[in-house]
Amino acid sequence: MKKDKTNVGSRTVLTAMIILLLTITGACSKTEAPTPDEEKTGQFSIEFDNIMGEETLSFEPRVYKNAKGESFRIKLLQYFISNIKLYKADGSSYTVPQDDSYFLVNAADRTTRFTKVKVPEGNYEKVEFVIGVDSARSSMPVEKRTGVLSFNPEEGHEGGGMYWGWNSGYIFFKMEGYCELISDNQQGDPTGNKQFKYHIGGFGGYNAPTLNNIKTITVDLKTAGTAQVRKGLRSNVHLFVDIMKIFNGPHTFSIVEHPNVMFSEYSVNIANNFPHFFTHDHTENFVKSEDEL
Amino acid sequence: MKKIFVLIGIVALVWACKKGEDSIPDLFTGFLKPNNFPEPTYNFSRNMITKEGFELGKRLFYEPRLSRNNTVACGSCHIQSAAFTHHGHDVSHGIDDRLGIRNPMPIMNMAWQKEFFWDGGVFDLDLAAVNAITNPVEMDETVPNVLRKLRAHPDYPALFKKAFGTDEITDARFFKALSQYMLMAVSNNAKYDHVMRKEAGYAFTEQEQKGYLFYQKNCSSCHNEPLFTDRSYRNNGLSPNRANDTGRDSVTLNPADRYKFKVPSLRNISYTAPYMHDGRFLTLNRVIEHYRTGMVDSPTLDPVFRQADGSLGIKMSDTEKDNLIAFLKTLDDRDFLTNKLLAEPEINSGFVVN
Repeated sequence: MKKDKTNVGSRTVLTAMIILLLTITGACSKTEAPTPDEEKTGQFSIEFDNIMGEETLSFEPRVYKNAKGESFRIKLLQYFISNIKLYKADGSSYTVPQDDSYFLVNAADRTTRFTKVKVPEGNYEKVEFVIGVDSARSSMPVEKRTGVLSFNPEEGHEGGGMYWGWNSGYIFFKMEGYCELISDNQQGDPTGNKQFKYHIGGFGGYNAPTLNNIKTITVDLKTAGTAQVRKGLRSNVHLFVDIMKIFNGPHTFSIVEHPNVMFSEYSVNIANNFPHFFTHDHTENFVKSEDEL
Repeated sequence: MKKIFVLIGIVALVWACKKGEDSIPDLFTGFLKPNNFPEPTYNFSRNMITKEGFELGKRLFYEPRLSRNNTVACGSCHIQSAAFTHHGHDVSHGIDDRLGIRNPMPIMNMAWQKEFFWDGGVFDLDLAAVNAITNPVEMDETVPNVLRKLRAHPDYPALFKKAFGTDEITDARFFKALSQYMLMAVSNNAKYDHVMRKEAGYAFTEQEQKGYLFYQKNCSSCHNEPLFTDRSYRNNGLSPNRANDTGRDSVTLNPADRYKFKVPSLRNISYTAPYMHDGRFLTLNRVIEHYRTGMVDSPTLDPVFRQADGSLGIKMSDTEKDNLIAFLKTLDDRDFLTNKLLAEPEINSGFVVN
């Protein structure tokens, strides 16, 4: 009986201990995400995960088909992301210092898919970024064009040909590939290589106004996961970037009819599809290492 | 006494040798704004011209490594003896003898330009080189690759160190050195300039003076003094060429800019033939005949060419034409063509000039 009592007692102690343990564990996980301290900074990234409709994206020889029923292959895909801004629930925002806010996503190099920046601790519900390079930076002198905006080997953009030398403008979005339906004449690809080229840019002009294809994208994070930025940890907003939307967006077009679109009025239609590329899939918070992503 | 003479002789010889080695510092004066010129538009505070920076820029200007197969330098198509144009070529031939669609503009008085090239597509002199380097019919190369070649070259790291303090070869330093050379290409020693500066011994002849007055009345609204360009873009009534080059419109995509091209300077006009954006006119006489009788009407034709009687162009008698040509020749600046400061350094000789 005494033993029983002891048993009951030990069970009570055990229960109490479990409760205590749970409390401690709870407290511990809470210490991982204490109230954000705006004086501290944590790491934040947006992940640009390129997809093709309901499939993953890969380069040729993989074949995709657009809404017009045209089969095509991808050879090259690169685009600039810049001017990252984060919003909290109360409407306040943090703009990443502009000098640190330029990225070149190259689908051929998976390490370029993250736009890594440092931001104050906080719970962010909305992110904003530009696909392209803003007109202010596009007008700046050479010494202000650093990192991916420079012409330097290893870090710059021109190895990827993301610049028009003749009009001093960055190419915001560049995609090239093949479609066997393209004609071999001037309206198609006179080299007979069946290539399509979409080089979309236009920052609005320096002295004279012209094309402005700069698109600001806003992504609401409330449904698929807010970004909780904490010191020493990383918050990663994982976006799907559906490249198929270039053909199948609100402006649906045929590769054969428009195999080459560069600095021309028609490029406006393609740039208008850009905002429809992006969906927020999920957010990974309190990440300790990029290997977890 | 004899010893003293020998000593003086030796000293003089040593001094002469030194002078020979260092002949450039005697020529290099830095950038000087000519008295009769307006304030430059280039922002020198971002790129102070130094002797070392200029010398590096000069070497780069004549460096064929700027092209894909190391055959074409800036100086291949911008030849000093032709006021830095490509004499005798309607359009330039670049790498592998590929032809472009435009006549190279002279590199002259660049510090006063707001925009560059016939269509004004480039708005910063520091970025002008990218156009030629990356154009598939000019140098067909990329800037990062040029920088790689310069970094691997035995001379350039030291030259960049002399110019910029460290041997780092970056895009900004590369572009700025090239700009330093181009900015020093100032042409302001034509007879016209001597006359305007009221220098002793210089005066227009009677014919030149009559030509000057005709110019002022009929040409100066676009080719205004002292740069002889208002740096605007205008349609001067040329028929569209086979390439259907629409000029400024290709940069602005504005139909109102169709067939408009940069108003070129009239300075060094005798040396910059052939004329117009596609080099279609071989002689100055033919250029003036175009304005007299050859204009083609189009919606964007510059209104200055529409006369009250409905005719197009500039009316002039044969005598007025002769006078005008006599005046235009006073804009030739031989000093600019022979200025040793700007001459190709011997070290770079060996690239194709033809």
